[in-house]
Amino acid sequence: MHPIRKKRLTIVLFLVAGIAIAVALTTYALRQNINLFYDPTEIAAGKAPQDVRIRAGGMVEEGSVQRDPESLNVQFRVTDYSASVPVQYEGILPDLFAEGQGVVAMGRLNAEGMFVADQVLAKHDENYMPPEVAESLERAEKRKADAEKAAQSASY
Amino acid sequence: MWQFFHKLGSPKWFYGIATRFMPWLLASGLLLLAGGLAWGLAFAPADYLQGNSYRIIFIHVPTAFLAQSMYIMMAVAAVVTLVWRMKLADVFVKAVAPVGLVFTFLSLFTGAVWGKPTWGTWWVWDARLTSMLILLFLYGGVIALDRAINDEKSAARAVAVLVLVGVVNIPIIKYSVNWWNTLHQPATFKLTEKPSMPVEMWVPLLLSVLGLYLLFGWLACLRMKTEILVREQKTRWVKDLVMAGRG
Repeated sequence: MHPIRKKRLTIVLFLVAGIAIAVALTTYALRQNINLFYDPTEIAAGKAPQDVRIRAGGMVEEGSVQRDPESLNVQFRVTDYSASVPVQYEGILPDLFAEGQGVVAMGRLNAEGMFVADQVLAKHDENYMPPEVAESLERAEKRKADAEKAAQSASY
Repeated sequence: MWQFFHKLGSPKWFYGIATRFMPWLLASGLLLLAGGLAWGLAFAPADYLQGNSYRIIFIHVPTAFLAQSMYIMMAVAAVVTLVWRMKLADVFVKAVAPVGLVFTFLSLFTGAVWGKPTWGTWWVWDARLTSMLILLFLYGGVIALDRAINDEKSAARAVAVLVLVGVVNIPIIKYSVNWWNTLHQPATFKLTEKPSMPVEMWVPLLLSVLGLYLLFGWLACLRMKTEILVREQKTRWVKDLVMAGRG
């Protein structure tokens, strides 16, 4: 390669490497602000501030959704399977909201550790499948659970 | 190999080769895109959770994919401009930037339309959406900087530096969903694993991506040819070409 071109290429490489390092350090320093939401584990560890608008995200715990029949009030627990946070919300939930599905709630954490949400967004994962496949997967899981239960009761 | 590289630097040679390839790019691109879209929108199975609204993926993913890979191609061209001072590389950057802007906008728009029924919001300031918005501004900045400088050579170098500065945003877009908590879900397609969707969903998606790639190739050739004609208007071969076209 021509020496001048070699020199230019070196300058270009230094330019890109320098910017990459600068951006990497900046985003690393700001990582807590870039995160859209706090996990239940972080909230349980007291990393989330109280009485400040924050977002909490995780899975809706199975069997935790309690709807008030008189109003739009709903309570559920958001979990990441190592810790969970109780959430209270009044309003219309998105269509994809369901037990076992991901959500991101926006609101404030009060002194009792209850997360009072004013907005609940549904989060979905990267898996797509036809409804029949999902159903047969569910059936297979149920069969497995039933078989395990049967085996357990047989052993007693 | 080096001879090919030097030939590629000749606008006249490129003009000829592009003219020959363009009908093929257009025909195959339209065919694949139409096939992929028809299959995806009408025949692919619905999703168990999202129903039919997930089908916008067949437009959202190809546009987002193209928007990012176009920027990577522009960055490669920018290195060539800065190091080898090849005119054609600069022609490429100028021809592609507006196309990239449109595709980035389309991916943001289709994402918003998809977000409303699934997430419950049009927009959220998470890392993926924000870094994609920055990509839109980068494309806009490249176009504006190019227009702002009259001298062709200085414009080429300034634009190349800007494109290279912006290229750090591309890995941020790609890995934002893994590095930070985002509302946007992680990638369905991974290099090392099987895609997390069944064959009858990812094949039409792949066809749409390939079709859009080929169509982009056609559009890039078309725009580069126009730019070459404008830049080389004083040369003999362009004058001959125009005279022949008239005669």
